Amino acid sequence: MSPIRAISLVIVLTVFASAVLGAGNWQPLKNDGLHDPENPAIEILQEPGEALGVLVPDSAGNKVDWVRSLQEGLIEPRPSLDGDEEPNIRDTTVLMKNTYPLFYVRFTHKPHTQWMSCEACHDRIFVPQVDANPINMGKILEGEYCGLCHGAVSFPLTECNRCHNTNPATLGREEAATGEGTQ
Amino acid sequence: MKRWPRRMLAILVVVALGPAVIAWAEYADVTINTRSEAEGVAPVIYPHWFHRIRFQCSVCHVDLDIKMGAGTTGITMEKLIDGQYCGACHNGNIAWSIDNCDLCHSGRPGLETGVKGGHETMGPGLY
Ligand code: HEC
Ligand code: HEC
Ligand code: HEC
Ligand code: HEC
Ligand code: HEC
Ligand code: HEC
Repeated sequence: MSPIRAISLVIVLTVFASAVLGAGNWQPLKNDGLHDPENPAIEILQEPGEALGVLVPDSAGNKVDWVRSLQEGLIEPRPSLDGDEEPNIRDTTVLMKNTYPLFYVRFTHKPHTQWMSCEACHDRIFVPQVDANPINMGKILEGEYCGLCHGAVSFPLTECNRCHNTNPATLGREEAATGEGTQ
Repeated sequence: MKRWPRRMLAILVVVALGPAVIAWAEYADVTINTRSEAEGVAPVIYPHWFHRIRFQCSVCHVDLDIKMGAGTTGITMEKLIDGQYCGACHNGNIAWSIDNCDLCHSGRPGLETGVKGGHETMGPGLY
């Protein structure tokens, strides 16, 4: 193999690996474009790679699967300042079907309530009632409804299939008819 | 014909090294500069990734009344010293105290208020 080909191959594989695994490319703070490298704090602040590299890897956003990291106990974000509040986990799901031509969206309460209390969403973002909110993709892209968090802090909106996660063809007949799912 | 692999190599090098060279803020970092620079201190950088390892979203966004909108909460030093917002934790008790100016005021000159590393750079902008 010619050297050029060999080098090309290595680069192609590197690009492929970093795109697929998305791992290991956290920017050091001094060249993240935000922090002032002259500021003495740069020596004291924690590097993202140091904290995030030990969590469950992912390909988008912080390159961390925050839900799995929490559920596997790698992190334990406190529910209140002193940490002694009772967690209020809700285990229902809501099926949203105005998604043509994509898959339906199944919204799951459980991972969300592991990250925040009901008041974070109800009623300031969503009325707690099936189909009571005029959600559509345009509003989400403008930062309303799901798009208030997703695309800013929670995984980005480019991850269509994480929300559009339910193939209508595989739904039970009854569920498809009522549009309401539980558990 | 002989040129082509070299050209391809050049393109591949750019693609491979680009992300390492281009500045890339950590996803969900918030920069706040509504008053800071005008009042002679560096802009504030608030890292979500660091805090969400330790606290759920609702601790700040429900209990402490911090709004989900960069620069919209109306944070001032007076309120922080009074124990509100960042000051509810950065009081030498839950976290290091408010005297550590540099740790919060760590941004480059001229930063605009906003959420960084997010949809502005990679997300719906492409959609
Ligand atoms: C991340 C935001 C979010 C959080 C946090 C959240 N919900 Fe919801 N909730 C929703 C959405 C979205 C719907 C569906 C609304 C629709 O279909 O228009 C919903 C629907 C509901 C419904 C009607 C459907 C059902 O599941 O029975 C109830 C009741 C409800 N929520 C209660 C709660 C309670 C209680 C909590 C806290 C333990 C909570 N929610 C936390 C977003 C949230
Ligand atoms: C954070 C979750 C989320 C992500 C990510 C997401 N969607 Fe959606 N999408 C929704 C919800 C919720 C609806 C509305 C469902 C309803 O009201 O029944 C929707 C509706 C839609 C619709 C139906 C038409 C419309 O305008 O409402 C289309 C098409 C769509 N999304 C495409 C996309 C594409 C393409 C992507 C990826 C670039 C994407 N979505 C990413 C949640 C999401
Ligand atoms: C108040 C903020 C907020 C809102 C509003 C919100 N989410 Fe989320 N969502 C989160 C957080 C936080 C997580 C944890 C993962 C992360 O941060 O990337 C999450 C995770 C998810 C996951 C991954 C669950 C898993 O098991 O891995 C899906 C899917 C999802 N959200 C869909 C939605 C949809 C659909 C909506 C709108 C109906 C929505 N979210 C609205 C904050 C929010
Ligand atoms: C330690 C406190 C703290 C925690 C925990 C926290 N945030 Fe924030 N968040 C902030 C601050 C501070 C701002 C900026 C407010 C301002 O500038 O007025 C912000 C801003 C935001 C914004 C607005 C970004 C924009 O578009 O301008 C969103 C969305 C958000 N947070 C979601 C979340 C979610 C989801 C979680 C949980 C995974 C979370 N936050 C956890 C403090 C926190
Ligand atoms: C916990 C984080 C934090 C620490 C520590 C901190 N600040 Fe701030 N400071 C902020 C935030 C957030 C703002 C609001 C920024 C804005 O709107 O531009 C701010 C604003 C300011 C402003 C603008 C005017 C005002 O009063 O709001 C000045 C001046 C300032 N800080 C000086 C200081 C000095 C001096 C110290 C050290 C004694 C310090 N800060 C420590 C977070 C912090
Ligand atoms: C809910 C409590 C809480 C709130 C509110 C809070 N912080 Fe923090 N923050 C912490 C804790 C805990 C640490 C870690 C302290 C330690 O290591 O001793 C921390 C650390 C930090 C760090 C250093 C991160 C590193 O790399 O070491 C910065 C910068 C920071 N906070 C900025 C802010 C700003 C700006 C605000 C307000 C906009 C804020 N924090 C609000 C709890 C909080």
